[in-house]
Amino acid sequence: MGETAPETEARRLAEDARDRVRFEEEALELADQVYRVARRMVSSREEAEDLMQETYARAFRSWRSFQPGTNLRAWLLRILTNLNIDRGRRVQRAPDTQPLEEGDYFLYNKLEESTQAPNPDEERVIERLSQDDAVSALSAVPHDFRDAIVLVDIGDFSYNDAAQILDIPVGTVMSRLHRGRRILKRELAERAIVDGGDAT
Amino acid sequence: MSGFAIDPCEQCEELLQPFLDRDLSDEERALAEKHLDGCAYCRKRYRFEAQLRRFVRQAATEPMSPELKTKLAELRTPLI
Ligand SMILES: [Zn+2]
Repeated sequence: MGETAPETEARRLAEDARDRVRFEEEALELADQVYRVARRMVSSREEAEDLMQETYARAFRSWRSFQPGTNLRAWLLRILTNLNIDRGRRVQRAPDTQPLEEGDYFLYNKLEESTQAPNPDEERVIERLSQDDAVSALSAVPHDFRDAIVLVDIGDFSYNDAAQILDIPVGTVMSRLHRGRRILKRELAERAIVDGGDAT
Repeated sequence: MSGFAIDPCEQCEELLQPFLDRDLSDEERALAEKHLDGCAYCRKRYRFEAQLRRFVRQAATEPMSPELKTKLAELRTPLI
């Protein structure tokens, strides 16, 4: 007994180290995808980079609490979202409760008007938007709504994963997503109209 | 189902997001598809919405700096 125990212990430690290394490698492979979401959850690149480092430091420390076979990317973003809230980085604004008069066709109708062409194709219509407008419009969407858009439309998470990451019911994810997209389109419409006026 | 009794395009507009999210019942989906088959106005707006999602996604994607990548790799537990 006394002779085999150290050997067993050594093997256990070796296995543990191997599992940990594998976990760390898998987490690092997902870093680009995690960053894509992180970058749009906060307002500056510096904040996103700090948040990423804190997230990975914590993930590597608590790797044993990850259940193999579950979604590692969602697990990492759950840590990131909690850290973001804990550190008070998220300026908690009152959720946008203004009534949204505009429906889902509002942006298209506004952009179509500004092309000054009769019955343009949708490709011509989308050209009225610039990438910078898209980024600034997205950052103008209040946090709660934006987080849902960023996770689902930019991070490709399912409603269920987004609900777990944000710790809210699935129905709330869906309603924030719908409303958030409409707010985003309203913000885009404002920017495109200003630009259109300047350009021509 | 009263369906598109009032203003068919307005009803179709309401189904835009759940349609693209594949989150409609079979009946609702069939109703939207039937309307879209005959309505170029709504068809354009649906196609635009799909393109808009790709556009925003692409515009919002900013690559991670190589420095950050290195820093993250350095956070790994050192091998003894
Ligand atoms: Zn129609």
